[in-house]
Amino acid sequence: MHLLKLILRNTLRHKLRTLLTILGLLVAILSFGLLQTVVDAWYSGAKAAAPDRLITRNSVSLVVPLPVHYRDKIRGVDGVRSVATANWFAGIYQEPKNFFPQFAIDALPYLAMYPEYRIPEDQLRDFMRDRKGAVVGRKLANTYGFKVGDVVPLKGTIFAGNWEFVVRAIYDGAAPTTDTSQFFFHWAYLNESVRARAPQRANHVGVFVVQVSDVARAAEISKAVDAQFGNSAAETLTETEQAFQIGFVKQTEAIVVAIRIVSFVVIFIILAVMANTMAMTARERMSEYATLKALGFGPGFLGSLIFGESLAIAAIGAALGVALTFPVSDWFAAQMGTLFPVFEVSASTLWSQAACAAVVGVAAAVLPALRAARVRIVDGLRAAG
Amino acid sequence: MKGIPFSYTLRNLWTRKLTTVLTAGGMALVVFVFAAVQMLDTGLRQALIATGQPDNIHVTRRAAGAEISSSVDRTQAGIVETQPEIAIGPGGVRLVSKEVVVLITLPKRDTGTATNVTTRGVGEAAFELRPQLQIVEGRAFRPGSSEVIVGASIAQRFEGAAVGSLLRFGGREWRVVGRFEAKGSAYDSELWVDAEQLQQSFRRNAWSAVVARLADPATLPALKERLESDPRLTLDVKYEREFFEEQSKALSNFISYLGLTLSVIFSVGAMIGATITMYAAVANRTGEIGTLRALGFRRSSILTTFLLEAVLLGAVGGVAGVLLASLMQFVHISTLNWQSFSELAFSFALTPRIVVLSLGFAVLMGLIGGFLPAVRASRMGIVDALRAT
Repeated sequence: MHLLKLILRNTLRHKLRTLLTILGLLVAILSFGLLQTVVDAWYSGAKAAAPDRLITRNSVSLVVPLPVHYRDKIRGVDGVRSVATANWFAGIYQEPKNFFPQFAIDALPYLAMYPEYRIPEDQLRDFMRDRKGAVVGRKLANTYGFKVGDVVPLKGTIFAGNWEFVVRAIYDGAAPTTDTSQFFFHWAYLNESVRARAPQRANHVGVFVVQVSDVARAAEISKAVDAQFGNSAAETLTETEQAFQIGFVKQTEAIVVAIRIVSFVVIFIILAVMANTMAMTARERMSEYATLKALGFGPGFLGSLIFGESLAIAAIGAALGVALTFPVSDWFAAQMGTLFPVFEVSASTLWSQAACAAVVGVAAAVLPALRAARVRIVDGLRAAG
Repeated sequence: MKGIPFSYTLRNLWTRKLTTVLTAGGMALVVFVFAAVQMLDTGLRQALIATGQPDNIHVTRRAAGAEISSSVDRTQAGIVETQPEIAIGPGGVRLVSKEVVVLITLPKRDTGTATNVTTRGVGEAAFELRPQLQIVEGRAFRPGSSEVIVGASIAQRFEGAAVGSLLRFGGREWRVVGRFEAKGSAYDSELWVDAEQLQQSFRRNAWSAVVARLADPATLPALKERLESDPRLTLDVKYEREFFEEQSKALSNFISYLGLTLSVIFSVGAMIGATITMYAAVANRTGEIGTLRALGFRRSSILTTFLLEAVLLGAVGGVAGVLLASLMQFVHISTLNWQSFSELAFSFALTPRIVVLSLGFAVLMGLIGGFLPAVRASRMGIVDALRAT
């Protein structure tokens, strides 16, 4: 009890120094948490992938399309429950920086495969009736203020020209980690227009989304699908949705690695600051420590005084940093708009924040504690700040 | 009375070694992040600027943005080819290369990650148009054959891309007959084949882009105006350099914004460190300050001395940070360029401007961190200060 009181009093002796150290810790723990959340956001697509969905694409690369008639052959493969088509549209809304994913889909089977996109029944009916209709995610709708009935003009990049869509439905995510920044419309509408403008490009799709009836057979079914098209003009590559999404992340891995490294650099920076604070504190109190020793307190007691103070400061800084992570990440997510479809602080981020603070608190106290434990009483009493 | 000697400041830093090292170390890490990010951004820009030649023009379909989403049909390409501004090369041929760009997926050698690689089908004038490109191993592909030459960065990083091996894409096998270097430009991350062959194997009947040399680069505005207002054409005409700069815009913006935000946030931490150190220095030396004042040194001299000490701390951190960052020049990075949707390799590039900026940033951190403590030191009353110890 007395020990705790002593630690607390010690902490408050240099109010300004303690305050500044806590402030530094707060900034470091906060930015560490945000960087971890950015990394998580990078992987969000892979995390949201369902095990029963496969993606079939052209084996050459994703940008080479597949003929739409493959759909029937894939559907015929044993174990396939349903097949839907999807085309990456890459339209520009007003300005290139307003990026959000747009897909031309085979609406009925596609939406049935993604039960995590919740659409009110009447809106779904309206969407199915409107050839130029579109379904938008809640986050996307909020970012650009889309309401049901609004006309959204997009400038095509892959599919040239100006396109207009009418928002007919807004979907919500079943979980906070569901991507609600997407824009879906009817593939039939896209295909019709392409046929009129560039007939040789019509009747092609970007990928097929394949739902399997038995998750355990996913690998076998992938092989069976690809076997259908071996040695044809457009060979396919089928993988699970998760593998497909991770494929994207892997290609930008260098950036993820850089962010990870940087997020640990900030911990080292704060470790330097914190260690400095503790070193100075211990140096200034060397004569006190000698006095305590002369009174009969052992090195263990001195050690716990120093470790206790360091950990107390680290704990306060970490607690404030963790608490601030939530509002700041909400603000950050709002600023970034639809760039990060999912931006959620995960439990593991909070744990690693706490762990980092603990490590900093302990590491900063090691040298000063050793010094205090080793100091000879006579030298300590003689020491002047 | 003259100012307090510089050696006083130096010795103060020297006596408190651990504190000096820790404070300067924190700053060094911040400067390292600051410098590394700028080096990365500069490296990226250099790679893409080296890709474009100043007197080349680059023509794609209007609003396509990237070569892979562009298509220029044969009639349109023919019209571009016959424009009078285009230079005539040796042998009287027009310096025009009609190119097809597709992406293929290749596995990376170290991780096996399937990665998008730009494959460029080029016309015969292509080598004339890109003088930065040199074949360093093997030979160029023969027109009309299924042969491919690979960029240096691809040959190094990808499975089965060495000279002599076979690559399979577009329904046939292509023999790698040569390796080229292109001065760190984006071409180093590409495969080159004969344009007509690539067109056939991917069943394309249009080009992705037309690249041409202008006899006089100043004629571009007139040419652009004429081509873009021609009702038969729906094309964007740009300097090649401008086109490739735009290709890296998203990635470059991302790197510089992220880097700037991080540097600012981290510098707060380092400045707090400097403030703590300097406050402690002032508190420990209260008696000394009193003595100095009693000897006749002015308040402004005390202020300058302590500011100088803080700036010196920053400078030590800055130099260490820049030295650390300069090691990054040996690191090469490759990532997906979002706009071209393909692999792009580049390196960290250290320029004098970055060195100056980083050192300036470090000194500024020291100055800001040391300001309040220095003010406190200069405001002390002589008598109180002398009595303090």
